[in-house]
Amino acid sequence: MMGILTANILVPFLGVFLLVALPSGRSNLIRVTAIGIGSLSFLLSVVAFLGYDYKEGGYQLRESYEWLPNIGIGFTLGVDGISAVLILLNGFIFLAGIVMSWAITPRNKDFFILLFLLAAGVYGTFAVLDLFFLFFFYELAVVPMFLLIGVWGSSSDFGYFARTKEYGAMKLVLYLTAGSMLVWLAIIAIFVEAGLGTFNMESLASAELSRTFQIVFFPFVAVGFGVLSGLWPFHTWSPDGHVAAPTAVSMLHAGVLMKLGAYGILKVGMFILPEGAIAWAPVLIGLGTVNVLYGAIGAISQTDLKYVIAYSSVSHMGYVIMGLATLDPIGINGSVLQMVSHGIMTALFFALVGGIYQQAHLRDIRVLEGLAKRMGVTAAFFGIAGLTSLGLPGFSGFVAEFMVFVGTFRTYPFLGVLAVIGAAITAVYILRLMSKVFFGPLDDQWAHLSDPPKYQQATAGVLAVTLLGIGIWPFPLIRVIDVGVADLLRAMGGM
Amino acid sequence: MSVNELYILTPEIFVAALALTVLAVDLMRLPNGNTLLCGMSSLGLLVAGIFSLAILPDSTRIYDGTFVADEYALFFKIVFLGMGVIVIAMSYKTVETNLERPGEYYALIVFSVLGMMVMAAARDILVAYVALELLSFSLYILVSYSKNEPIVTEASTKYILLGAFSSAILLYGMSLLYGVTQTTSYAGIAMRLDAGLSLSDPVLLIGLVFLLAGFGFKLAVVPFHMWVPDIYQAAPAPITGHLAVASKAAAFALVLRLFAEAFAGVFTYEWAVAVGAVAAVTMTLGNIVAIMQKDVKRMLAYSSVGQVGYLLMPIAALGMEGAGDLLASGLMFHLIGYGLTNFVVFACVSSLSEHGKHNIEDYVGLGRSSPFIGMALTVGLFSLAGLPFFAGFASKFYLFVVVADVAGGIFIWLVGLAILNSLISLYYYLVVIRGMYMVIPDEVTRLDIGKWNTVVVMVLLLGVIGIGLYPGPFVSWAQSAAGGISF
Repeated sequence: MMGILTANILVPFLGVFLLVALPSGRSNLIRVTAIGIGSLSFLLSVVAFLGYDYKEGGYQLRESYEWLPNIGIGFTLGVDGISAVLILLNGFIFLAGIVMSWAITPRNKDFFILLFLLAAGVYGTFAVLDLFFLFFFYELAVVPMFLLIGVWGSSSDFGYFARTKEYGAMKLVLYLTAGSMLVWLAIIAIFVEAGLGTFNMESLASAELSRTFQIVFFPFVAVGFGVLSGLWPFHTWSPDGHVAAPTAVSMLHAGVLMKLGAYGILKVGMFILPEGAIAWAPVLIGLGTVNVLYGAIGAISQTDLKYVIAYSSVSHMGYVIMGLATLDPIGINGSVLQMVSHGIMTALFFALVGGIYQQAHLRDIRVLEGLAKRMGVTAAFFGIAGLTSLGLPGFSGFVAEFMVFVGTFRTYPFLGVLAVIGAAITAVYILRLMSKVFFGPLDDQWAHLSDPPKYQQATAGVLAVTLLGIGIWPFPLIRVIDVGVADLLRAMGGM
Repeated sequence: MSVNELYILTPEIFVAALALTVLAVDLMRLPNGNTLLCGMSSLGLLVAGIFSLAILPDSTRIYDGTFVADEYALFFKIVFLGMGVIVIAMSYKTVETNLERPGEYYALIVFSVLGMMVMAAARDILVAYVALELLSFSLYILVSYSKNEPIVTEASTKYILLGAFSSAILLYGMSLLYGVTQTTSYAGIAMRLDAGLSLSDPVLLIGLVFLLAGFGFKLAVVPFHMWVPDIYQAAPAPITGHLAVASKAAAFALVLRLFAEAFAGVFTYEWAVAVGAVAAVTMTLGNIVAIMQKDVKRMLAYSSVGQVGYLLMPIAALGMEGAGDLLASGLMFHLIGYGLTNFVVFACVSSLSEHGKHNIEDYVGLGRSSPFIGMALTVGLFSLAGLPFFAGFASKFYLFVVVADVAGGIFIWLVGLAILNSLISLYYYLVVIRGMYMVIPDEVTRLDIGKWNTVVVMVLLLGVIGIGLYPGPFVSWAQSAAGGISF
């Protein structure tokens, strides 16, 4: 009997098969199929999330199949409170991304096939309990990006420098693969050092790994996965990649893919190498703080809307990394909630920017002015995303960041101060951008603009409402995440 | 040995007879000769495979223990026969357009397969040598079947000269070994070494180094790889595939059995590190030089040099504590996974070179002009780089794990380097893929690669994906086969 997690992973593959079978000329049929599969997938992620009993805790919805028994690789699935929430996030953003790609051209069939592979990779990474398969799905999520950006992306010429889509795609894939190579080595090293002849993560977590080993190999895991989560100084692929990517890919990428990196640090680094994590936590939280400040300052100086959002992503992922590195229950809770909040918020940002770019054909904030008078809905949703971004109470970003701050103040008060300063800088660039782009006087050259098509508005609306919803009543998520965090900390040694 | 035991040789005798029959039928100059001979030789190899399976593997040794039909030999027989069928199927179109007399071509492939089969089954260095020469001589001729006259002449001359040179080195090493041990059988050598010889004996050491150098030429190990790019470029693409996959697999089959059965006892830590260093240099140099290539086949040549570096790692680890059937199965499984992947790539390259496309630049816009080949080549290159969910990923991961697992992880540095090399290789594969999909050519003329090539590529592609998704049976098969050789 196939369990819900297997179904979650297989449905995108089913989508791949269906689409391969469809003739490429039938664009509408392809779109409908894609949205159907996306909805089914989202539904399954909801079922998985609701199927996780937070009162009980631990790993649930387990499934296990033999795969390569002679070196102990099994297709073992199971979710804890943290991955249950992230699976829900993936289902949500994935469906939103598909809807936003309704009008993608050319060759929408190939586009959706690659998008499905990406989604399957993300589901798999969150759902497996086997290091080999974690790596397998992680790579599966990264590779389609190359073609998604390189084929459907857009090149930008900024006058004094240009960024082609090929450049963005190549840079992104090489950075991410370089990171995953570090992870690969670490995985093999953990297998050898544990000497248990298995890749099962729970067994490895309870294996006796020497402290020296953990301290040597934690950086491999942290940097390797950190590259994907935009860890400074390995973040530079992210802005270039986002600028080149088509809207839906940016949404998925910032929305869920970057979370894979943070999740990897949590699930491999902290869960299996706890002593290494404790030893390196001060460095990691330091880098996270740099992320927050560097990303925010970077965002101030950008003139391209997508670059601004991309740098703000780098900044916000900094909070995620900081929260993890506090090793404090509240901090980690905040970090995971920030993954959700940032995922939805950035998806919303990129969806709106995509809508503006579609009509204005540029994203230069020095030229765009007063759009609110023509694009009222866009402006309103952008406002919600922006307020979430700067951490206004009532929005999800506030809850998440507040918990990260509390966690940081309890462990590294000085860095906590810096993190709050980061939030203040965020307010500067978000408010400045909004007042200029949306609320200034309307320039005549933008008089022809209007809000994007209804389906895009609706998608953005759902994302925006979710941000508000989580901000006002985060409890349904927090109570599940909290169970996962408690389990994690217990596994790390009863802190 | 009694005459009754000769039945063990049935597959080999059948393959030899097949090759001669193909030559004889070719003399009749029948219409549709190509189709007939292609079908005959590939079906014949399949029948030989059935014969091999029908003979229960056991450790019966015939000809005074020089030839054995154990599980290890059976494994490689099946693999080689399968590879032979693939090469023949890939060649069908190339032969039709380029050759008037297909008989020799197919017969030589069949002969080379015979040589490979014996290489895996030999337990005597002279039998192994003769089999290796049968393979080499077939290949000397096969590489010269190409229309590209000037570079072919140069390349095949180079190949014959260097091949003969390396055979001489190999033979010299063998004679030194014989001088020390007074025997040519693997088991006999192992016995003599157990009786008190060690690598500190200079003759033994020099003999082994010569042996390694000789095999190094055949395997294209740095610094003996110089012949590779020219010959890969000049040979017809299916034969390049044959060279890159099958002949290499055969040489590894020989080396693995020889080193495990005869020498594993004397391999010291220093020896392991030395061979490991050779592996490290081989993979790094191959992959770095591949970046600079413009011709696709040359690029693949250097990339295959890099791949040999990975395959050499388990050979380096053979004498270490914990080396056993698991380690050997890593090598054997990667030969399948990597081999099948390479065949996909070469089948694509072959169908493209029929249209005069040889350089990476010529591949621009392939995603439009021939979507299927573009997709297949992308899958092949991703699999070569070791990305999921293809055969190359599973086999590479498995290989790296078993090598790292030897002797408490002393080779983890080598595995780390191999992983770094995978990244380098990914870069130059991505350059090809970037050209195929992201550069839009001014005008797109549709390439018709024909039904036959499409079917061949499709079957190989399914194999690559199938093994990538479910490698279990192949791995356990390799592991139980590896149990046949004694460490």
